[in-house]
Amino acid sequence: MFVAAMSRVLPRTALKKKPASRMLGATGNFSNQATFDIKKCELHRLDKGPPVKAVLTREEGLLYYRRMQVIRRMELKADQLYKQKFIRGFCHLCDGQEACNVGLEAGIQATDHVITSYRAHGLCYMRGLSVRSILTELTGRRGGCAKGKGGSMHMYGKYFYGGNGIVGAQGPLGAGIALACKYKGNKEISLTLYGDGAANQGQIAEAFNMACLWKLPCVFICENNLYGMGTATTRAAASTEYYKRGHLIPGLRVDGMDVLCVREATKFAADHCRSGKGPIVMELQTYRYHGHSMSDPGVSYRSREEIQSVRNKRDPIMLLSDRIVSGQLASVEELKEIDVDVKKEIEDAAQFAITDPEPPLEEIAHHLYKDNPPFEVRGANQWIKYRSIS
Amino acid sequence: MAVVSALVRRPLEQVSGLLRRRFHRSAPAALQMTVRDAINQGMDEELERDEKVFLLGEEVAQYDGAYKVSRGLWKKYGDKRIIDTPISEMGFAGIAVGAAMAGLRPICEFMTFNFSMQAIDQVINSAAKTYYMSGGLQNVPIVFRGPNGASAGVAAQHSQCFAAWYGHCPGLKVVSPWNAEDAKGLIKSAIRDNNPVVMLENELMYGVAFEFPQEAQSKDFLIPIGKAKIERQGTHITVVAHSRPVGHCVEAAAVLAKEGIECEVINMRTIRPMDIETIEASVMKTNHLVTVEGGWPQFGVGAEICARIMEGPAFNFLDAPAVRVTGTDVPMPYAKILEDNCVPQVKDIIFAIKKTLNI
Repeated sequence: MFVAAMSRVLPRTALKKKPASRMLGATGNFSNQATFDIKKCELHRLDKGPPVKAVLTREEGLLYYRRMQVIRRMELKADQLYKQKFIRGFCHLCDGQEACNVGLEAGIQATDHVITSYRAHGLCYMRGLSVRSILTELTGRRGGCAKGKGGSMHMYGKYFYGGNGIVGAQGPLGAGIALACKYKGNKEISLTLYGDGAANQGQIAEAFNMACLWKLPCVFICENNLYGMGTATTRAAASTEYYKRGHLIPGLRVDGMDVLCVREATKFAADHCRSGKGPIVMELQTYRYHGHSMSDPGVSYRSREEIQSVRNKRDPIMLLSDRIVSGQLASVEELKEIDVDVKKEIEDAAQFAITDPEPPLEEIAHHLYKDNPPFEVRGANQWIKYRSIS
Repeated sequence: MAVVSALVRRPLEQVSGLLRRRFHRSAPAALQMTVRDAINQGMDEELERDEKVFLLGEEVAQYDGAYKVSRGLWKKYGDKRIIDTPISEMGFAGIAVGAAMAGLRPICEFMTFNFSMQAIDQVINSAAKTYYMSGGLQNVPIVFRGPNGASAGVAAQHSQCFAAWYGHCPGLKVVSPWNAEDAKGLIKSAIRDNNPVVMLENELMYGVAFEFPQEAQSKDFLIPIGKAKIERQGTHITVVAHSRPVGHCVEAAAVLAKEGIECEVINMRTIRPMDIETIEASVMKTNHLVTVEGGWPQFGVGAEICARIMEGPAFNFLDAPAVRVTGTDVPMPYAKILEDNCVPQVKDIIFAIKKTLNI
């Protein structure tokens, strides 16, 4: 408890967290699991919150580490490919927010439903899309997860509803998915992510109202990375306590750089919804290293010192690796081996992404309607005709 | 004893007499059905047929529908399937789209399509485009329905026709029924379609009764989306319309028939995908075309028909330029004399037809 109190006063690196307990396991010199103190969540309209201790098994540690590294490297590769002009248009990267993506997935079932904004690549991966299919969609080739038709902002998968380009539109959509879960009575829940910028959209308030009124099993998750494009939260919102903005909907504010904190909070929120209590709001306090998108250097509205400070003190991958090593769950070498493996996976995927052919022109009009007989679609002039197949 | 048997025998004789007699069969009186009841029946049948179908919108449940189109449905199906929403168009349209993405089959009612402008992002960007953007992974089986276009005395903000706006967008299907048969067949097809369908109804038509043919009374009566209907055969001129103006065209045709002018009246039924082939075939027969719609002229439904006729085989068969009859190009005024002159009347249609025929 002293450790927990001290950790709130001093910056993290000043106080190495010692695991509260550790068990010797069968894997050589490594423990099977370790317990860590995690930051207590601020609560809104809740008597109790998520636990302040989390158990991390060796297996989980290695899994979360690998996943976060994949997301980190995939996003950095996307940055590279964008600068090389293999990726066009909008490209919103989520490096820095890996703990949000990995922690969320760790707290839910594969059959729960997730929807998010355009800063979606990390969640795409967590929801089962391969790095290859994501990068190939970014380069606009036929092997992309949306066959090259969608691009960065429109990637879909099973139990994953994108990838949404219009800020805030995913709010009501996610509430609707929750309505479907309640309607079907299947104990599945909907996790609806939006940013600190989107939190000011009217439709988010409308979604809150209806979710609360109808007790929809929806976890509204505000990924607060402190900036809505170039506008700091304090310049956009009268109230920056996003976890309270659901008003009657209970809320919690979570350390979004700590994958265990995110996991425990997500489990807590998921349980709340699954037990029929209605929606809940989670604010994840996180940070993005890149600018809003690849068009934004990200340093005109924030200082390089600020970005560097987060990298040094609160990097989510570093926080996890420190814990894994200090908790004796794995060695530094083991983690390095994972790094090498991840690097190879990303390189292979990128190689495919830049060599896969573009979608065939003949398919330009496909997928306009589902279960429709084929029909003709007009091209740039009346003599250019395309065939549309469902 | 004899008395008892007599009491029994008479009725028995009468019964056996009845059984021997063949009933005189006359044609049953044609069933009259209002457009409102036709939509109600269509929704009721689909709600019964598929439990994934549900209706949401303002006042659809306990109020029986702002225009009573959903009368009786809440009483029959309850809160789960007939849902009253707050006045949050963008919110509840988005919720409906999300529910459709997750496997349900919502009917989202807009009290009028004027209010759909609040939610138009969800209709276009979340519903219409998603199947395409996802490369065929995610479809959205939703119906957006409600009254569209001019009513009576409701003025500018409540009288706009959205046929051209929604008809503009690929990925959407847009239907516009005229009579009761159209209304029932199209709502059922829309609900069974696995794509987003916008159904543009007309408030002034809700209370109008039409003869309801036998086949329309079936629970499986469907009208295919994308197919127009020739309401009246003719040889001198093709007159194309959708929704309420179809009735005006039929009326105009009746008046002109007395003067020996035979109009072929086409009821579009669907705005997108447009059945241009039926219109082309008709124009190739009659050599003249007049389009009629309630919406504004610029970038309207008629403009699209004219453009397509020019691009296709029917152009060479035109003996005169195609002509459009539309709503007057102003926001809808309130005063009756002004409003009356803002929607195409029978006399305007007749005038346009005669001008086209150079009569």
